Formats: sequence, C-alpha cells, structure tokens
Amino acid sequence: MLLEVDDLCVNYGRIEAIRNVSFTVGEGEVVTLIGANGAGKTTTMKTISGLRPVRAGSIRFKGEDITSMPAHDRPVLGIAQSPEGRGVFVGMTVAENLDMGAYARVDRKTKAVKDDLDRVYSLFPRLSERQTQVAGTMSGGEQQMLAIGRALMARPTLLLLDEPSMGLAPMLIQQIFDIVTEINQQGTTVLLVEQNAAQALKRAHRAYILETGEVVREGTGAELAADPAVKAAYLGGDV
Amino acid sequence: MNLLIHHFWELTITGLTIGAIYALVALGYTLVYGVLRLINFAHSEVFMYGSFAAVWVLMALNAAGATGLGLVGFLLLGGIAAMAASALVAFILELVAYRPLRKRNSPPLIALISAIGASFVLSEAMGLRDKPFAWLGLDAKLADYVGRPRENTPLPALLHSQKLFNFFGYNVTNVDVIILVSAIIMMVVLDQFVRRSRLGRGIRAVAMDAESAALMGVNHNRVIRLTFVIGGIMAGGAAMLYLLKIGVTRYNAGFILGIKAFTAAVLGGIGNLRGALLGGFVLGVAENYGSALVGSQWKDVVAFVLLIVILLFRPTGLLGESLGKARA
Ligand SMILES: Nc1ncnc2c1ncn2[C@@H]1O[C@H](COP(=O)(O)OP(=O)(O)OP(=O)(O)O)[C@@H](O)[C@H]1O
Ligand SMILES: [Mg+2]
Repeated sequence: MLLEVDDLCVNYGRIEAIRNVSFTVGEGEVVTLIGANGAGKTTTMKTISGLRPVRAGSIRFKGEDITSMPAHDRPVLGIAQSPEGRGVFVGMTVAENLDMGAYARVDRKTKAVKDDLDRVYSLFPRLSERQTQVAGTMSGGEQQMLAIGRALMARPTLLLLDEPSMGLAPMLIQQIFDIVTEINQQGTTVLLVEQNAAQALKRAHRAYILETGEVVREGTGAELAADPAVKAAYLGGDV
Repeated sequence: MNLLIHHFWELTITGLTIGAIYALVALGYTLVYGVLRLINFAHSEVFMYGSFAAVWVLMALNAAGATGLGLVGFLLLGGIAAMAASALVAFILELVAYRPLRKRNSPPLIALISAIGASFVLSEAMGLRDKPFAWLGLDAKLADYVGRPRENTPLPALLHSQKLFNFFGYNVTNVDVIILVSAIIMMVVLDQFVRRSRLGRGIRAVAMDAESAALMGVNHNRVIRLTFVIGGIMAGGAAMLYLLKIGVTRYNAGFILGIKAFTAAVLGGIGNLRGALLGGFVLGVAENYGSALVGSQWKDVVAFVLLIVILLFRPTGLLGESLGKARA
C-alpha cells in the first residue's frame, strides 16, 4: 500500500475532529473520501500532509512511518496537496505559483520541471494564457486550476485533492474530473475529497464514507454508488 | 518658509541620506512582520550592536587616519563587522526570545512583550558593559572599549566630509554619496534576492500563506531564521552608514532610530519591502522639510504627524500591507 492510515485521531483543542480513522490507498488508485460538511475530510487531508498534529494513530507512506514528520519534509517524499480553499499565493504570478509547486524537487533545475510545466499548461490552457497574471486577481475557478497545477508541479506520487471542483462551473467540473482521471492514468495515485459524490464515486476505484469523524463504510466506487443508503444520503437519489 | 526654499536641495539630500538609513532598518521590521505578523521591537538593538561592532573593529585595527585604499578597506571592514554582529544578534534574538514562544503557540501579545523585554535587556547590557569587565578586573585595560558605557562612543576619525560637487547650491559631500550609493546597492540586492532566488520565494510564500508554503516544502522555521538574519544584515549596513553620518553611537542609539524606522515601515505599508524603502525616504525628507518650516526641535513631531495623516487616508500605508500584494 502506498498510504496506510491507521486509527488516526486528530483534535482541535478538546474537539475530536476525526476518531480512529483507518483507510488505505494503493499505488495507482483513485480513492475518494465522502462525507457531509464537518465530517472530517479536510482534517484528514491536512493531517496526511502534516499540517495538523496527530493525537493517536499512525500514517505510513511507502512503508515509512511519517506520523510526526514535519510538513515541509513530505513533498520531497512525493506527497502534494491542492488544499481546500485553494491556498494559492495571491501576490505571486501564475508562473511563480507553479514554480513554488516544484520548490522541494531535487530535480528542480533539470528539464523535467520544464516538461511538467508544459504538461500543466496543456492540461489548463487558461493558466498558460495567464502566466504573468497575479494569482490574487484571478477568478475562483482559475485559482482552483492553479492550485491543482501547482500540486502537479511537485510531480507527486500521491496527489491529495480537497474539493477540486469547488466553485467551478458545471462544464469545468466535468473537465476537472477528466483531468483527475487523466493524471491517474499517467501514473499518479490520487486521494480525492469531494462534495460532488456522484462524480467522485464514478471516477474512484474505491471510496470511504466519513461520518462525524469516523469511517462508516467502504467499498468500490461502483458498489457505493449503487447502495440505496449512500444514494439517499449523498447522491440526492438521482444518479 | 524661506529656510525651506533657500535650502531646498540641501534639505532634500540630507533627508534622503538619513531616509536611506531609516529604510534599511525598516526592512528588518517589515520582513519579520511579513512572515510572523510580529513587530520585532528589539530590532533597534540589532542595529545598535552593529554600530558598536563597527566602532570596536575599527578601533582595534587602528583605522583612524587611513587614506586611499586602506580607507576603502576599513570602511568595508567596518560595514562587514556591523552586518555580521547585527545578523548574529538577530539570529540569537529569534532563537531565545521568539522561537520558544512559537513552539508553544503563545498568543501574539506574549511575543510582543518578549520583544520589548529583549529590547531592554540588549540595550541595558550594552549600557552596563563596564560591569562584567570590572568584576574581572579588566576594565582599566579595556577602557577604550567599555569605559563610560553610557556616553557617546565615537567612530575613529576615518572619513572626513568633503565637498564633491555642487548641486543647486548644496555642496554634496563624499559622505552623502557613499551613504546613498551603498544603501541603494543593498536595497537592490535584497529586492532581487527576495524576488528571484528560491529562498526569497520561500519567504514570500510564507508571508502570503504559511500553510500552503509548508505544503510546497518550505521550512517555516528556516525561513523565519533567514528573515531575522537578512534584517540583521540590513540593519548592520545601516549602522555603518549611520556612523559615517552621525559619527557616534551609544547604548540607546537604537531607540529613536528604531522608532523612526518602524514608522517608515508602517508608512510604506508594513510587510511590504518596497513600501519600507519608500517610507524611509519619505520620512527622512519630510522630517527635514518639516524642521525647516517649524523649527528643528519639532522634527520628531513632524515625523509622527505625517504618519498619522497618511494612515488616516491610507490605513494600510503608502503601498499597502503584506509582502504579497505589492509583489516585492
Ligand atoms: N481550526 C479548527 N478549529 C476548531 N475546529 C475545527 C477546525 N477545523 C475544523 N474543525 C472542526 O473539525 C470538524 C471536521 O472539520 P473538517 O474541516 O475536517 O470537515 P470537512 O469534512 O472537510 O467539511 P467540509 O465538507 O465542510 O469541508 C468539524 O466539526 C469542524 O468544525
Ligand atoms: Mg473540507
């Protein structure tokens, strides 16, 4: 398994945001975490990236225990995240933001980075047109593309996407999911958090359902998408 | 009014030279604020220690009276000594006064108290520097260095102010030129470093969004340490230029200068590098014009009235807050 999360507990002060969360992500998979608002999805993602301290449990990546590794040492291992709310560097240009994505790469001075940049620009032509625009002046959807592109610039083994379709127009949502599939087919493992459960389940090999900080169900994307209880709770019954 | 008109260029140029010094010190406040949202009140002491380092090194080397290449060498050496000492003090300051608080997630107010405390400790340690040597019985031997610790300590007579050329009636001196040219070189180097180098981008990234920066692999603590050290280097450079202009330093030399530099940083938009530079120059010049208009005893009043007026109209300073927005 590429990523193994075991009995993870994370608190904000006395509030237990997630409790005994366990799941795995295998090499080459797209795995999705689904859950209502406040279920603990973002907390899980941030903890995998090292932005939140772990109260109990463990995280292993490529077999190595990274539970208490500082956040800034994780990109080099191959973990990149496009965070909820985008978190682009508003005062930097598009090109500078993408450059920041490659900050931790050991091969950042080689042509590999240039190739990845070309790939990001071809995935998101809009970014290519706006290379010198300051990120803070871009639209929400454009910033979302930038956040995803920036994460790709790390050439991660594991790409964490927290609500990549947030704030996007329906046509673009479709496009983002296509890109997720494409990235995955090019060999990147993806852990995806989405409000858009229907799309996420359709694209994911496997899925976990989080409720108030705990994993309550797991299965393949197709299995869960067909499950009446899941349909009722997360898919609005119309898939 | 007459005074201002007749001495306009003199006031402008001497204002720019003191403004350049404010600006260099202001960079330290603004850099640290950018990444930590903290006013490092002890930065004035970082400056003051640099000034002593320059004086002592030049004293120890018997630099007084040097000419030609020797003079140039001593000036550079003094500057380097000041930069090194200031950078070291800033580094230790961060390690001792701020890092332990950050580890424990203390509220910003606590860090502010720590900053003010560190400022007093550093300043008084310099002002009482004869005492530990007296206990060791070394005070007589080192009297040149530690004697009369609360008095002015002069820079060894090195550079004599000389008229270089006439600029609209004001005789521009070699000291004016040296100060302005070296300050501008330092500013340009810093600006390019922050904009173009990888570490500089790391600093800007942390200032804009610390969590995202960590996701990119930027080491937060290293960036913070780096900003303190860079701020120290700039303050050390400023200290050497200050000595050339003013000629003396003392244990509390950082106090007023620090407040002025902090004012310059706020004036330009705290957290904004180019803002700090602009703020420094504007403050230096405005102070001079103001004292010509209403009397030089009102100089400091003019500086702060200017600050208040500008903040009333532009609450985030001339160029706006944050290392991010103004792209520098
Ligand atoms: N900084 C914080 N301080 C205190 N509590 C927090 C903080 N961040 C999150 N929480 C709490 O932790 C729980 C999980 O939040 P989290 O953001 O992980 O949810 P989520 O599943 O991502 O929700 P959403 O779908 O709305 O993004 C919530 O109850 C939330 O209120
Ligand atoms: Mg969330």
